[in-house]
Amino acid sequence: MKILICISHVPDTNAKIPFKDGQPDLNGIAMVIAPYDDFALARAVELRDETKGKLTVLNVGLADTEPTIRKALAIGADDAIRVNAKPVDAYFVASQIAAIAQVEKYDIIMLGRESSDFNGGMVHGMVAEILGLPCVVPCMKMDLAGDKAVMYREIEGGKEVVEVAMPFVAGCQEPIAEWKIPNMRGIMSAKSKPLKVVEPAAATNHTSVVRYEMPTQRGTVKMIPADQVEQLVGFLKNEAKVI
Amino acid sequence: MSNVIVYIEAENGEAKKHSLEAVAYGAAVAAQWGGQTVAVATADLSAEHAGEVAKYGADRILHIAGASNPQASDIAQLVAAAALQTNAGLVVLAKSIAGDLAVPMIGIKLGAAVVTNVTEVPNLAHGFTVKRAAYTGKAVTEVQLEGSIKVISIKKNAIGLVENPKAGALEAFAPTMAASSIMVKEVQKQTGELLLPEADIVVSGGRGLKGPENWGMIMDLAHTLHAATGCSKPVSDIGWRPHHEHVGQTGIKVSPNLYVAVGISGAIQHLAGVSSSKTIVVINKDPEAPFFKAADYGIVGDAFDIVPKLTAALKSAM
Repeated sequence: MKILICISHVPDTNAKIPFKDGQPDLNGIAMVIAPYDDFALARAVELRDETKGKLTVLNVGLADTEPTIRKALAIGADDAIRVNAKPVDAYFVASQIAAIAQVEKYDIIMLGRESSDFNGGMVHGMVAEILGLPCVVPCMKMDLAGDKAVMYREIEGGKEVVEVAMPFVAGCQEPIAEWKIPNMRGIMSAKSKPLKVVEPAAATNHTSVVRYEMPTQRGTVKMIPADQVEQLVGFLKNEAKVI
Repeated sequence: MSNVIVYIEAENGEAKKHSLEAVAYGAAVAAQWGGQTVAVATADLSAEHAGEVAKYGADRILHIAGASNPQASDIAQLVAAAALQTNAGLVVLAKSIAGDLAVPMIGIKLGAAVVTNVTEVPNLAHGFTVKRAAYTGKAVTEVQLEGSIKVISIKKNAIGLVENPKAGALEAFAPTMAASSIMVKEVQKQTGELLLPEADIVVSGGRGLKGPENWGMIMDLAHTLHAATGCSKPVSDIGWRPHHEHVGQTGIKVSPNLYVAVGISGAIQHLAGVSSSKTIVVINKDPEAPFFKAADYGIVGDAFDIVPKLTAALKSAM
Protein backbone atom coordinates (compact mmCIF):
# COMPACT_ATOMS: atom_id res chain seq x y z
CA MET A 1 0.00 0.00 0.00
CA LYS A 2 1.51 3.33 -1.10
CA ILE A 3 0.03 6.46 0.40
CA LEU A 4 0.96 10.02 -0.52
CA ILE A 5 0.23 12.95 1.79
CA CYS A 6 0.67 16.40 0.24
CA ILE A 7 1.26 19.26 2.66
CA SER A 8 1.39 23.03 2.43
CA HIS A 9 3.94 25.12 4.35
CA VAL A 10 1.99 28.09 5.70
CA PRO A 11 2.26 30.85 8.31
CA ASP A 12 0.95 29.96 11.78
CA THR A 13 -2.51 31.49 12.02
CA ASN A 14 -1.50 33.34 15.19
CA ALA A 15 1.46 35.02 13.49
CA LYS A 16 1.25 38.68 12.58
CA ILE A 17 2.31 39.14 8.97
CA PRO A 18 4.12 42.39 8.19
CA PHE A 19 3.77 43.82 4.71
CA LYS A 20 6.82 45.44 3.13
CA ASP A 21 6.38 47.31 -0.15
CA GLY A 22 2.97 45.71 -0.53
CA GLN A 23 4.33 42.17 -0.21
CA PRO A 24 4.00 39.83 2.76
CA ASP A 25 7.30 39.44 4.62
CA LEU A 26 7.35 35.88 5.95
CA ASN A 27 10.96 35.99 7.19
CA GLY A 28 11.14 34.88 10.79
CA ILE A 29 7.43 34.03 10.98
CA ALA A 30 6.49 30.70 12.54
CA MET A 31 5.57 28.38 9.68
CA VAL A 32 3.54 25.21 10.11
CA ILE A 33 1.84 22.34 8.28
CA ALA A 34 -1.51 23.75 7.16
CA PRO A 35 -4.21 22.76 9.72
CA TYR A 36 -6.39 20.70 7.35
CA ASP A 37 -3.26 18.86 6.15
CA ASP A 38 -2.55 17.91 9.78
CA PHE A 39 -5.87 16.02 9.85
CA ALA A 40 -5.03 14.21 6.61
CA LEU A 41 -1.49 13.42 7.78
CA ALA A 42 -2.71 11.98 11.08
CA ARG A 43 -5.12 9.61 9.32
CA ALA A 44 -2.50 8.75 6.69
CA VAL A 45 -0.09 7.62 9.44
CA GLU A 46 -2.81 5.44 10.99
CA LEU A 47 -3.65 3.85 7.63
CA ARG A 48 0.03 3.24 6.90
CA ASP A 49 0.35 1.48 10.28
CA GLU A 50 -2.78 -0.59 9.66
CA THR A 51 -1.69 -1.74 6.18
CA LYS A 52 2.06 -1.91 6.94
CA GLY A 53 2.45 0.17 3.80
CA LYS A 54 4.59 3.18 2.97
CA LEU A 55 3.69 6.83 3.54
CA THR A 56 5.42 9.55 1.53
CA VAL A 57 5.00 13.23 2.30
CA LEU A 58 5.27 15.71 -0.55
CA ASN A 59 5.60 19.48 -0.58
CA VAL A 60 6.11 21.93 -3.44
CA GLY A 61 8.41 24.62 -2.09
CA LEU A 62 11.91 26.05 -1.82
CA ALA A 63 14.47 24.90 0.77
CA ASP A 64 12.82 26.94 3.54
CA THR A 65 9.98 24.39 3.69
CA GLU A 66 12.24 21.54 4.82
CA PRO A 67 11.70 22.06 8.57
CA THR A 68 7.96 21.70 7.95
CA ILE A 69 8.54 18.56 5.86
CA ARG A 70 10.67 17.15 8.71
CA LYS A 71 7.72 17.79 11.08
CA ALA A 72 5.59 15.54 8.88
CA LEU A 73 8.35 12.91 8.96
CA ALA A 74 8.46 13.26 12.75
CA ILE A 75 4.70 12.72 12.91
CA GLY A 76 5.23 9.45 11.06
CA ALA A 77 5.71 9.68 7.29
CA ASP A 78 8.39 7.26 6.01
CA ASP A 79 10.03 9.49 3.44
CA ALA A 80 9.62 12.83 1.75
CA ILE A 81 9.80 14.55 -1.61
CA ARG A 82 10.31 18.26 -1.99
CA VAL A 83 9.67 19.64 -5.48
CA ASN A 84 12.11 22.51 -5.64
CA ALA A 85 9.85 25.32 -6.84
CA LYS A 86 7.71 28.15 -5.54
CA PRO A 87 4.07 27.03 -5.31
CA VAL A 88 3.02 29.78 -7.70
CA ASP A 89 -0.58 28.66 -8.08
CA ALA A 90 -2.80 25.65 -7.55
CA TYR A 91 -2.51 24.42 -11.13
CA PHE A 92 1.29 24.52 -10.97
CA VAL A 93 1.30 22.63 -7.66
CA ALA A 94 -1.25 20.07 -8.89
CA SER A 95 0.82 19.50 -12.03
CA GLN A 96 3.87 18.68 -9.91
CA ILE A 97 1.97 16.26 -7.67
CA ALA A 98 0.37 14.57 -10.68
CA ALA A 99 3.69 14.18 -12.48
CA ILE A 100 5.16 12.33 -9.50
CA ALA A 101 2.02 10.29 -8.84
CA GLN A 102 1.92 9.20 -12.46
CA VAL A 103 5.29 7.45 -11.93
CA GLU A 104 4.87 6.30 -8.32
CA LYS A 105 1.27 5.08 -8.69
CA TYR A 106 0.09 5.72 -5.13
CA ASP A 107 -3.01 3.85 -3.94
CA ILE A 108 -4.26 6.84 -1.96
CA ILE A 109 -3.40 10.53 -2.36
CA MET A 110 -4.43 12.62 0.66
CA LEU A 111 -4.48 16.37 1.14
CA GLY A 112 -6.18 18.79 3.48
CA ARG A 113 -9.50 20.22 2.31
CA GLU A 114 -7.83 23.59 1.73
CA SER A 115 -4.72 25.44 2.92
CA SER A 116 -4.97 28.17 5.52
CA ASP A 117 -2.89 30.74 3.64
CA PHE A 118 -5.01 31.10 0.52
CA ASN A 119 -7.99 28.77 1.11
CA GLY A 120 -8.05 27.85 -2.58
CA GLY A 121 -9.32 24.29 -2.11
CA MET A 122 -8.32 23.45 -5.70
CA VAL A 123 -5.25 21.21 -5.67
CA HIS A 124 -7.02 17.92 -4.79
CA GLY A 125 -9.65 18.32 -7.53
CA MET A 126 -6.99 19.29 -10.08
CA VAL A 127 -4.70 16.37 -9.21
CA ALA A 128 -7.62 13.94 -9.48
CA GLU A 129 -8.78 15.36 -12.80
CA ILE A 130 -5.27 15.33 -14.30
CA LEU A 131 -4.77 11.70 -13.22
CA GLY A 132 -8.32 10.61 -14.07
CA LEU A 133 -8.98 9.48 -10.49
CA PRO A 134 -12.09 9.77 -8.32
CA CYS A 135 -11.92 12.49 -5.69
CA VAL A 136 -13.73 12.68 -2.34
CA VAL A 137 -13.85 16.12 -0.73
CA PRO A 138 -14.53 16.87 2.09
CA CYS A 139 -13.58 13.53 3.60
CA MET A 140 -14.52 13.31 7.30
CA LYS A 141 -13.75 9.64 7.90
CA MET A 142 -11.75 7.04 5.95
CA ASP A 143 -11.65 3.29 6.50
CA LEU A 144 -10.17 0.70 4.19
CA ALA A 145 -11.96 -2.44 3.06
CA GLY A 146 -9.79 -4.51 0.74
CA ASP A 147 -9.11 -2.54 -2.42
CA LYS A 148 -11.82 0.00 -1.58
CA ALA A 149 -12.24 2.77 0.94
CA VAL A 150 -15.41 3.69 2.81
CA MET A 151 -15.55 7.39 3.62
CA TYR A 152 -17.88 9.96 5.11
CA ARG A 153 -18.26 12.90 2.76
CA GLU A 154 -19.73 16.16 4.08
CA ILE A 155 -22.84 17.46 2.32
CA GLU A 156 -25.07 20.43 3.12
CA GLY A 157 -26.88 19.58 6.34
CA GLY A 158 -25.16 16.26 6.95
CA LYS A 159 -22.99 13.59 5.41
CA GLU A 160 -22.97 10.70 2.94
CA VAL A 161 -21.33 7.35 3.32
CA VAL A 162 -19.45 6.69 0.08
CA GLU A 163 -17.38 3.85 -1.25
CA VAL A 164 -14.71 4.06 -3.90
CA ALA A 165 -12.02 1.77 -5.27
CA MET A 166 -8.36 2.68 -5.08
CA PRO A 167 -6.58 4.62 -6.40
CA PHE A 168 -8.33 7.85 -5.38
CA VAL A 169 -7.68 11.36 -4.06
CA ALA A 170 -9.17 12.69 -0.80
CA GLY A 171 -9.34 16.20 0.65
CA CYS A 172 -9.63 15.72 4.39
CA GLN A 173 -11.02 17.56 7.41
CA GLU A 174 -12.03 16.81 10.99
CA PRO A 175 -13.08 14.54 12.52
CA ILE A 176 -11.09 12.13 10.32
CA ALA A 177 -8.37 11.83 13.00
CA GLU A 178 -6.89 13.66 15.96
CA TRP A 179 -3.82 15.77 15.15
CA LYS A 180 -0.64 13.94 16.08
CA ILE A 181 2.10 15.70 18.03
CA PRO A 182 5.57 14.39 17.18
CA ASN A 183 7.26 12.67 20.13
CA MET A 184 11.00 12.68 20.84
CA ARG A 185 11.55 9.41 18.99
CA GLY A 186 9.70 10.77 15.98
CA ILE A 187 11.73 13.97 15.95
CA MET A 188 15.03 12.07 16.19
CA SER A 189 14.15 9.57 13.46
CA ALA A 190 12.89 12.35 11.18
CA LYS A 191 16.45 13.69 10.89
CA SER A 192 17.60 10.55 9.09
CA LYS A 193 14.49 9.69 7.06
CA PRO A 194 15.03 10.25 3.30
CA LEU A 195 14.05 13.70 1.96
CA LYS A 196 14.51 13.69 -1.80
CA VAL A 197 14.66 17.01 -3.65
CA VAL A 198 13.49 16.94 -7.26
CA GLU A 199 13.37 19.65 -9.90
CA PRO A 200 9.87 20.63 -11.04
CA ALA A 201 8.26 19.12 -14.10
CA ALA A 202 7.64 21.65 -16.85
CA ALA A 203 4.36 23.37 -15.99
CA THR A 204 2.85 26.80 -16.16
CA ASN A 205 0.66 28.80 -13.86
CA HIS A 206 -2.58 30.32 -15.10
CA THR A 207 -3.03 32.84 -12.28
CA SER A 208 -0.82 35.23 -10.34
CA VAL A 209 -1.20 37.59 -7.40
CA VAL A 210 -0.66 41.09 -8.74
CA ARG A 211 -1.25 43.01 -5.53
CA TYR A 212 -1.81 42.68 -1.80
CA GLU A 213 -4.05 45.17 -0.05
CA MET A 214 -5.06 45.66 3.53
CA PRO A 215 -8.63 44.55 4.23
CA THR A 216 -11.18 47.29 4.87
CA GLN A 217 -11.39 47.74 8.60
CA ARG A 218 -14.71 47.52 10.30
CA GLY A 219 -14.40 50.78 12.22
CA THR A 220 -14.67 51.20 15.96
CA VAL A 221 -17.10 48.94 17.73
CA LYS A 222 -20.22 50.62 19.11
CA MET A 223 -20.58 49.46 22.73
CA ILE A 224 -24.06 49.21 24.17
CA PRO A 225 -24.64 49.18 27.93
CA ALA A 226 -25.84 45.84 29.27
CA ASP A 227 -28.95 47.44 30.72
CA GLN A 228 -29.97 49.02 27.39
CA VAL A 229 -30.17 46.01 25.14
CA GLU A 230 -33.11 47.52 23.20
CA GLN A 231 -30.63 50.07 21.80
CA LEU A 232 -28.93 47.24 19.93
CA VAL A 233 -32.21 46.24 18.32
CA GLY A 234 -32.62 49.82 17.10
CA PHE A 235 -29.12 49.85 15.60
CA LEU A 236 -29.56 46.48 13.91
CA LYS A 237 -32.85 47.60 12.42
CA ASN A 238 -32.19 51.21 11.45
CA GLU A 239 -28.43 51.54 11.14
CA ALA A 240 -27.05 48.18 10.05
CA LYS A 241 -30.41 47.25 8.48
CA VAL A 242 -29.86 43.55 9.02
CA ILE A 243 -33.18 42.73 10.69
CA MET B 1 -15.43 34.15 -26.15
CA SER B 2 -17.80 36.67 -24.64
CA ASN B 3 -20.46 34.33 -23.22
CA VAL B 4 -20.70 33.46 -19.55
CA ILE B 5 -21.83 30.09 -18.19
CA VAL B 6 -23.42 30.00 -14.74
CA TYR B 7 -24.15 26.73 -12.96
CA ILE B 8 -27.51 26.62 -11.17
CA GLU B 9 -27.71 24.51 -8.05
CA ALA B 10 -31.34 23.71 -7.26
CA GLU B 11 -33.37 21.83 -4.67
CA ASN B 12 -37.07 20.93 -4.66
CA GLY B 13 -37.40 22.54 -8.09
CA GLU B 14 -36.08 25.95 -7.01
CA ALA B 15 -32.74 27.55 -7.78
CA LYS B 16 -30.62 28.14 -4.68
CA LYS B 17 -30.29 31.78 -3.72
CA HIS B 18 -26.53 31.70 -4.07
CA SER B 19 -26.87 30.44 -7.66
CA LEU B 20 -29.15 33.38 -8.47
CA GLU B 21 -26.39 35.64 -7.17
CA ALA B 22 -23.98 33.82 -9.50
CA VAL B 23 -26.35 34.60 -12.39
CA ALA B 24 -26.27 38.29 -11.46
CA TYR B 25 -22.49 38.12 -11.32
CA GLY B 26 -22.20 36.39 -14.67
CA ALA B 27 -24.66 38.81 -16.26
CA ALA B 28 -22.60 41.76 -15.04
CA VAL B 29 -19.55 40.39 -16.87
CA ALA B 30 -21.50 39.34 -19.98
CA ALA B 31 -22.87 42.88 -20.23
CA GLN B 32 -19.34 44.30 -20.32
CA TRP B 33 -18.29 41.72 -22.91
CA GLY B 34 -21.40 42.06 -25.07
CA GLY B 35 -22.07 38.35 -24.67
CA GLN B 36 -24.84 36.14 -23.36
CA THR B 37 -25.42 34.80 -19.87
CA VAL B 38 -26.19 31.11 -20.21
CA ALA B 39 -27.35 29.24 -17.12
CA VAL B 40 -27.01 25.47 -16.95
CA ALA B 41 -29.19 23.39 -14.63
CA THR B 42 -30.03 19.76 -13.98
CA ALA B 43 -33.54 18.41 -13.52
CA ASP B 44 -33.26 19.63 -9.91
CA LEU B 45 -34.51 22.93 -11.35
CA SER B 46 -38.12 22.63 -12.48
CA ALA B 47 -39.35 24.47 -15.56
CA GLU B 48 -41.85 26.38 -13.39
CA HIS B 49 -38.96 28.00 -11.49
CA ALA B 50 -36.89 28.90 -14.53
CA GLY B 51 -38.34 32.40 -14.35
CA GLU B 52 -36.30 33.16 -11.22
CA VAL B 53 -33.10 32.38 -13.08
CA ALA B 54 -34.20 34.66 -15.94
CA LYS B 55 -35.02 37.44 -13.45
CA TYR B 56 -31.37 37.71 -12.40
CA GLY B 57 -29.97 37.87 -15.90
CA ALA B 58 -29.98 34.55 -17.76
CA ASP B 59 -30.52 34.96 -21.50
CA ARG B 60 -30.75 31.19 -21.96
CA ILE B 61 -31.07 28.22 -19.65
CA LEU B 62 -29.57 24.89 -20.72
CA HIS B 63 -31.78 22.39 -18.97
CA ILE B 64 -30.76 18.76 -18.50
CA ALA B 65 -33.58 16.25 -18.14
CA GLY B 66 -31.64 14.14 -15.63
CA ALA B 67 -28.45 14.40 -13.54
CA SER B 68 -30.43 15.09 -10.32
CA ASN B 69 -28.49 15.57 -7.09
CA PRO B 70 -25.19 15.61 -8.99
CA GLN B 71 -21.84 14.77 -7.44
CA ALA B 72 -18.91 17.12 -8.06
CA SER B 73 -17.68 15.08 -11.04
CA ASP B 74 -21.17 15.25 -12.61
CA ILE B 75 -21.32 19.02 -12.17
CA ALA B 76 -17.83 19.33 -13.65
CA GLN B 77 -18.77 17.35 -16.76
CA LEU B 78 -22.03 19.14 -17.46
CA VAL B 79 -20.62 22.62 -16.85
CA ALA B 80 -17.53 21.97 -19.00
CA ALA B 81 -19.75 20.63 -21.78
CA ALA B 82 -21.94 23.74 -21.59
CA ALA B 83 -18.88 26.02 -21.66
CA LEU B 84 -17.50 24.29 -24.76
CA GLN B 85 -20.86 24.28 -26.52
CA THR B 86 -21.36 28.02 -25.96
CA ASN B 87 -17.72 29.00 -26.53
CA ALA B 88 -17.79 30.64 -23.08
CA GLY B 89 -15.11 33.01 -21.80
CA LEU B 90 -16.12 32.71 -18.14
CA VAL B 91 -17.69 30.06 -15.93
CA VAL B 92 -19.21 31.15 -12.60
CA LEU B 93 -20.30 28.95 -9.72
CA ALA B 94 -21.57 29.96 -6.30
CA LYS B 95 -19.84 28.25 -3.40
CA SER B 96 -21.35 24.95 -2.33
CA ILE B 97 -19.75 21.74 -1.12
CA ALA B 98 -20.07 19.84 -4.39
CA GLY B 99 -19.62 22.97 -6.48
CA ASP B 100 -16.35 23.80 -4.72
CA LEU B 101 -14.87 20.47 -5.80
CA ALA B 102 -16.32 20.75 -9.32
CA VAL B 103 -14.61 24.13 -9.89
CA PRO B 104 -11.00 22.91 -10.10
CA MET B 105 -12.11 19.87 -12.12
CA ILE B 106 -13.82 22.19 -14.63
CA GLY B 107 -10.59 24.20 -14.78
CA ILE B 108 -8.58 21.17 -15.82
CA LYS B 109 -11.20 20.01 -18.32
CA LEU B 110 -11.19 23.42 -20.01
CA GLY B 111 -7.49 24.26 -19.56
CA ALA B 112 -8.76 27.35 -17.75
CA ALA B 113 -7.42 29.69 -15.08
CA VAL B 114 -9.28 29.02 -11.81
CA VAL B 115 -9.79 31.26 -8.77
CA THR B 116 -12.10 30.49 -5.84
CA ASN B 117 -13.72 32.54 -3.08
CA VAL B 118 -13.92 35.70 -5.18
CA THR B 119 -15.38 38.63 -3.25
CA GLU B 120 -16.14 41.26 -5.93
CA VAL B 121 -17.02 41.62 -9.58
CA PRO B 122 -13.91 41.36 -11.79
CA ASN B 123 -11.83 44.30 -12.90
CA LEU B 124 -11.71 44.14 -16.69
CA ALA B 125 -9.65 47.30 -17.15
CA HIS B 126 -6.31 45.49 -17.65
CA GLY B 127 -6.96 41.83 -18.35
CA PHE B 128 -9.14 40.03 -15.83
CA THR B 129 -8.44 40.39 -12.14
CA VAL B 130 -10.52 39.45 -9.10
CA LYS B 131 -10.18 40.03 -5.38
CA ARG B 132 -10.18 37.45 -2.63
CA ALA B 133 -9.00 37.16 0.98
CA ALA B 134 -5.60 35.76 2.02
CA TYR B 135 -3.77 34.81 5.23
CA THR B 136 -6.88 34.26 7.34
CA GLY B 137 -8.30 37.64 6.34
CA LYS B 138 -5.08 39.55 7.14
CA ALA B 139 -4.82 40.67 3.52
CA VAL B 140 -6.79 40.98 0.31
CA THR B 141 -5.16 39.79 -2.91
CA GLU B 142 -5.87 40.93 -6.42
CA VAL B 143 -5.37 37.91 -8.67
CA GLN B 144 -4.87 38.00 -12.43
CA LEU B 145 -6.33 35.19 -14.55
CA GLU B 146 -4.70 34.33 -17.91
CA GLY B 147 -6.09 32.63 -20.95
CA SER B 148 -9.23 32.73 -23.03
CA ILE B 149 -11.45 30.96 -20.52
CA LYS B 150 -11.68 31.48 -16.77
CA VAL B 151 -13.47 29.62 -13.99
CA ILE B 152 -14.38 31.27 -10.70
CA SER B 153 -16.38 30.58 -7.57
CA ILE B 154 -17.92 33.53 -5.77
CA LYS B 155 -18.53 34.11 -2.09
CA LYS B 156 -21.91 35.22 -0.82
CA ASN B 157 -22.44 38.99 -1.29
CA ALA B 158 -19.78 39.28 -4.01
CA ILE B 159 -22.41 41.16 -5.99
CA GLY B 160 -25.67 40.52 -4.13
CA LEU B 161 -29.03 39.61 -5.62
CA VAL B 162 -29.23 42.18 -8.41
CA GLU B 163 -32.31 41.85 -10.64
CA ASN B 164 -31.64 42.04 -14.36
CA PRO B 165 -34.57 40.40 -16.17
CA LYS B 166 -33.74 38.63 -19.40
CA ALA B 167 -35.49 36.10 -21.64
CA GLY B 168 -34.17 32.99 -19.85
CA ALA B 169 -35.30 30.75 -22.70
CA LEU B 170 -35.23 27.09 -21.70
CA GLU B 171 -33.33 24.76 -24.03
CA ALA B 172 -32.94 21.04 -23.72
CA PHE B 173 -29.31 20.09 -23.07
CA ALA B 174 -28.04 16.53 -23.10
CA PRO B 175 -24.28 16.40 -22.54
CA THR B 176 -22.51 13.04 -22.66
CA MET B 177 -21.64 12.12 -19.10
CA ALA B 178 -19.73 9.27 -17.51
CA ALA B 179 -21.14 8.05 -14.20
CA SER B 180 -19.11 8.70 -11.07
CA SER B 181 -17.20 5.72 -9.68
CA ILE B 182 -17.94 6.99 -6.17
CA MET B 183 -20.87 4.97 -4.82
CA VAL B 184 -23.16 6.70 -2.35
CA LYS B 185 -24.20 4.04 0.16
CA GLU B 186 -26.14 6.12 2.65
CA VAL B 187 -27.23 9.70 3.25
CA GLN B 188 -27.46 11.11 6.79
CA LYS B 189 -29.02 14.53 6.56
CA GLN B 190 -30.92 16.83 8.88
CA THR B 191 -33.90 18.26 7.09
CA GLY B 192 -35.76 21.46 7.84
CA GLU B 193 -32.72 22.99 9.50
CA LEU B 194 -31.41 26.35 8.35
CA LEU B 195 -28.01 25.62 6.84
CA LEU B 196 -25.10 27.63 8.23
CA PRO B 197 -23.27 28.46 4.99
CA GLU B 198 -26.50 29.75 3.42
CA ALA B 199 -27.92 31.59 6.44
CA ASP B 200 -28.46 35.34 6.38
CA ILE B 201 -28.29 35.46 10.18
CA VAL B 202 -26.20 33.25 12.47
CA VAL B 203 -26.21 33.06 16.28
CA SER B 204 -23.16 31.34 17.72
CA GLY B 205 -22.25 30.22 21.20
CA GLY B 206 -18.92 29.54 22.86
CA ARG B 207 -17.43 28.33 26.11
CA GLY B 208 -18.89 31.35 27.93
CA LEU B 209 -22.18 29.45 27.95
CA LYS B 210 -20.64 27.06 30.46
CA GLY B 211 -22.45 23.91 29.28
CA PRO B 212 -24.64 22.36 26.61
CA GLU B 213 -27.68 22.59 28.87
CA ASN B 214 -27.56 26.38 28.47
CA TRP B 215 -28.09 26.41 24.75
CA GLY B 216 -31.83 26.92 25.05
CA MET B 217 -31.48 30.69 25.07
CA ILE B 218 -29.25 30.55 21.97
CA MET B 219 -31.97 28.54 20.22
CA ASP B 220 -34.64 31.04 21.31
CA LEU B 221 -32.60 33.96 20.00
CA ALA B 222 -31.86 32.12 16.74
CA HIS B 223 -35.50 31.17 16.33
CA THR B 224 -36.60 34.80 16.83
CA LEU B 225 -34.10 35.99 14.24
CA HIS B 226 -34.83 33.11 11.79
CA ALA B 227 -31.15 32.36 12.18
CA ALA B 228 -28.93 29.30 11.91
CA THR B 229 -26.87 28.32 14.96
CA GLY B 230 -23.11 27.94 15.11
CA CYS B 231 -20.45 27.41 17.73
CA SER B 232 -16.75 27.82 18.41
CA LYS B 233 -14.27 24.95 17.95
CA PRO B 234 -13.65 24.24 21.68
CA VAL B 235 -17.39 23.78 22.17
CA SER B 236 -17.69 21.29 19.32
CA ASP B 237 -14.46 19.52 20.36
CA ILE B 238 -15.87 18.83 23.83
CA GLY B 239 -19.14 17.67 22.32
CA TRP B 240 -21.49 20.41 23.58
CA ARG B 241 -22.54 21.07 19.98
CA PRO B 242 -22.33 18.96 16.81
CA HIS B 243 -19.32 19.20 14.47
CA HIS B 244 -21.37 20.70 11.68
CA GLU B 245 -22.02 23.82 13.79
CA HIS B 246 -18.30 24.55 14.22
CA VAL B 247 -17.54 27.92 12.63
CA GLY B 248 -13.90 28.72 12.07
CA GLN B 249 -10.67 28.13 10.20
CA THR B 250 -11.13 24.35 10.08
CA GLY B 251 -14.92 24.47 10.20
CA ILE B 252 -17.67 26.29 8.39
CA LYS B 253 -16.97 29.70 6.91
CA VAL B 254 -20.09 31.85 7.07
CA SER B 255 -20.94 35.09 5.26
CA PRO B 256 -24.18 36.19 6.88
CA ASN B 257 -25.62 39.69 7.02
CA LEU B 258 -25.61 39.38 10.82
CA TYR B 259 -23.40 37.27 13.09
CA VAL B 260 -24.18 37.28 16.82
CA ALA B 261 -21.42 35.76 18.98
CA VAL B 262 -22.30 34.88 22.57
CA GLY B 263 -19.59 33.86 25.02
CA ILE B 264 -16.93 33.52 22.31
CA SER B 265 -13.61 35.26 22.94
CA GLY B 266 -12.72 35.69 19.28
CA ALA B 267 -9.51 33.77 18.67
CA ILE B 268 -8.19 34.34 15.17
CA GLN B 269 -9.06 30.75 14.21
CA HIS B 270 -12.74 31.58 14.87
CA LEU B 271 -12.53 34.98 13.18
CA ALA B 272 -11.28 33.19 10.06
CA GLY B 273 -14.75 31.70 9.74
CA VAL B 274 -16.74 34.89 10.29
CA SER B 275 -14.76 37.82 8.91
CA SER B 276 -16.94 37.99 5.79
CA SER B 277 -20.01 38.74 7.92
CA LYS B 278 -21.63 42.08 7.13
CA THR B 279 -22.43 42.96 10.76
CA ILE B 280 -20.95 41.35 13.85
CA VAL B 281 -22.44 41.63 17.35
CA VAL B 282 -20.38 40.37 20.29
CA ILE B 283 -21.80 39.61 23.73
CA ASN B 284 -19.14 38.67 26.29
CA LYS B 285 -18.56 39.29 29.99
CA ASP B 286 -14.84 39.99 29.37
CA PRO B 287 -14.28 43.56 28.13
CA GLU B 288 -10.82 42.49 26.91
CA ALA B 289 -12.18 39.75 24.67
CA PRO B 290 -10.39 40.13 21.30
CA PHE B 291 -13.69 39.66 19.48
CA PHE B 292 -14.74 43.22 20.43
CA LYS B 293 -11.96 44.52 18.15
CA ALA B 294 -13.57 42.71 15.21
CA ALA B 295 -17.15 43.67 16.05
CA ASP B 296 -19.55 46.34 14.87
CA TYR B 297 -21.62 46.27 18.08
CA GLY B 298 -20.68 44.94 21.49
CA ILE B 299 -22.24 44.37 24.88
CA VAL B 300 -20.10 43.60 27.91
CA GLY B 301 -22.05 41.63 30.46
CA ASP B 302 -23.53 38.37 31.59
CA ALA B 303 -24.86 36.51 28.56
CA PHE B 304 -27.46 34.71 30.70
CA ASP B 305 -28.94 38.11 31.47
CA ILE B 306 -28.42 39.84 28.12
CA VAL B 307 -29.47 37.15 25.64
CA PRO B 308 -33.02 36.63 26.97
CA LYS B 309 -33.45 40.43 27.13
CA LEU B 310 -32.26 40.73 23.53
CA THR B 311 -34.66 38.00 22.41
CA ALA B 312 -37.54 39.76 24.15
CA ALA B 313 -36.62 43.15 22.67
CA LEU B 314 -36.38 41.62 19.19
CA LYS B 315 -39.78 39.96 19.57
CA SER B 316 -41.34 43.36 20.32
CA ALA B 317 -39.60 45.03 17.41
CA MET B 318 -40.15 42.40 14.72
